[in-house]
Amino acid sequence: MCLSIPAKIESIEGEYAMVSFGGNRYRAGLQLLDDVGVGDYILLHAGFAIQKLDRKEAEETLRLIDEMRNSPGTENIY
Amino acid sequence: MIRTGTDKAVYEGFRDPERISGLAAQIRREAVGEYLFMEVCGGHTHAIRGNGLDKLLPPCITLLSGPGCPVCVTSLSYIDHAVSLLALPDVVTATYGDLLRVPGSRSTLEKEKAAGGDIEVVYSVNEAVELALEKPDKRVVFLAIGFETTAPGSAAGLTEAVRRGAGNFYLLSAHKIMPPAMKAVVEGGTRVTGFICPGHVSTITGSGIYEFMPRDYGVGCVISGFEPADILLSVLMLVRQVNREEPRVEIQYGRAVKPEGNPKALALMKRVFRESDEWWRGFGVIPGSGLQPGGEFEKYDARLVFPAFADDRDEKGACICGSILRGMKSPADCPLFGSVCTPASPAGACMVSAEGACNVNYKFSNHA
Ligand code: SF4
Repeated sequence: MCLSIPAKIESIEGEYAMVSFGGNRYRAGLQLLDDVGVGDYILLHAGFAIQKLDRKEAEETLRLIDEMRNSPGTENIY
Repeated sequence: MIRTGTDKAVYEGFRDPERISGLAAQIRREAVGEYLFMEVCGGHTHAIRGNGLDKLLPPCITLLSGPGCPVCVTSLSYIDHAVSLLALPDVVTATYGDLLRVPGSRSTLEKEKAAGGDIEVVYSVNEAVELALEKPDKRVVFLAIGFETTAPGSAAGLTEAVRRGAGNFYLLSAHKIMPPAMKAVVEGGTRVTGFICPGHVSTITGSGIYEFMPRDYGVGCVISGFEPADILLSVLMLVRQVNREEPRVEIQYGRAVKPEGNPKALALMKRVFRESDEWWRGFGVIPGSGLQPGGEFEKYDARLVFPAFADDRDEKGACICGSILRGMKSPADCPLFGSVCTPASPAGACMVSAEGACNVNYKFSNHA
């Protein structure tokens, strides 16, 4: 129910965008999100794009994981 | 090592086996006390059991399922109300598929549909709005359930219907918000030492809604993504909070959750809904935990337009779904689990939804 799927914006027409995920295409409502563009990844939930996915933040989290999993103990900064 | 390349590789980075085992090893190194973490969201329960993450954790860390499965906390009387609407000849209902098999006190929507009830299953509220436009001689009631992730969509649907002149579109709202339920969990005596907070709720709300938890209750919160490495990193962050006695709100799911959330969705929600006291399975009425159409949108509130006299009742009989949702019991404690109650023939709401604790436990145990 709260499932949201990462999907990529292929094209935008007014308040809707064609998005693709895992070989599927869907016409998603953009009524809940400003400032999205073709090529952006969004979270698709019950027919709406609810948030943009931030690639830089994703990389930052992966970096944090790699730092933390190699840390010696609790004193490591994060 | 950071994987660069396509965006896909970035998201797959959170499933990397090396990262998963590395994080699990680090958690085992750092977990030196007793930890009771609640994953509020049913989507997390599903990801944890589905990926066997609970088995990677040391025995001193207990993960509990929480009240964050909208289908599971929906009341019998809500289902009864929806069923009663089907008796009205000019009413068509539309809803998410998850709701169909939830038992009401006498029937389910699935049984009513099989018997000819006018119920459309939709993926999005937008389809229900189209239905209202196509059938001006009918009144279309959208059975709107879900938390802050889903409520903005219902708000968008209702404003869209009004804008396009569909005065025959109504919401029967069971929308709920998370923070009051999390408060009810800790006030109910479940000794949670940290919350794995719902990632997709937080894409809308931002992180501020959890600040009261460390401040008033000394319980830390980490807003988590749904991939295996996301969840393990969140657990590690919570372990460190507990070890340092520094409970606070942290965002692990930074790629989707901003501190301020989604302002546009929040504004729309605020415009369409007012807060209401709402009944939750396992908790009873939680003040200010529900969302009903308000202000200029009140006339599309199906609760007012089609009043029902069913009052709120808890599950009858041996189902302990309510205690499970409060973190007091687990599915294995239920005498009906796997025998009388199965996904094919659910006796309680927690067995219906793919995010329900009983359903998840059934699916990923030896029964399946
Ligand atoms: S197994 Fe079925 S009857 Fe038992 S608590 Fe879960 S949903 Fe209720």
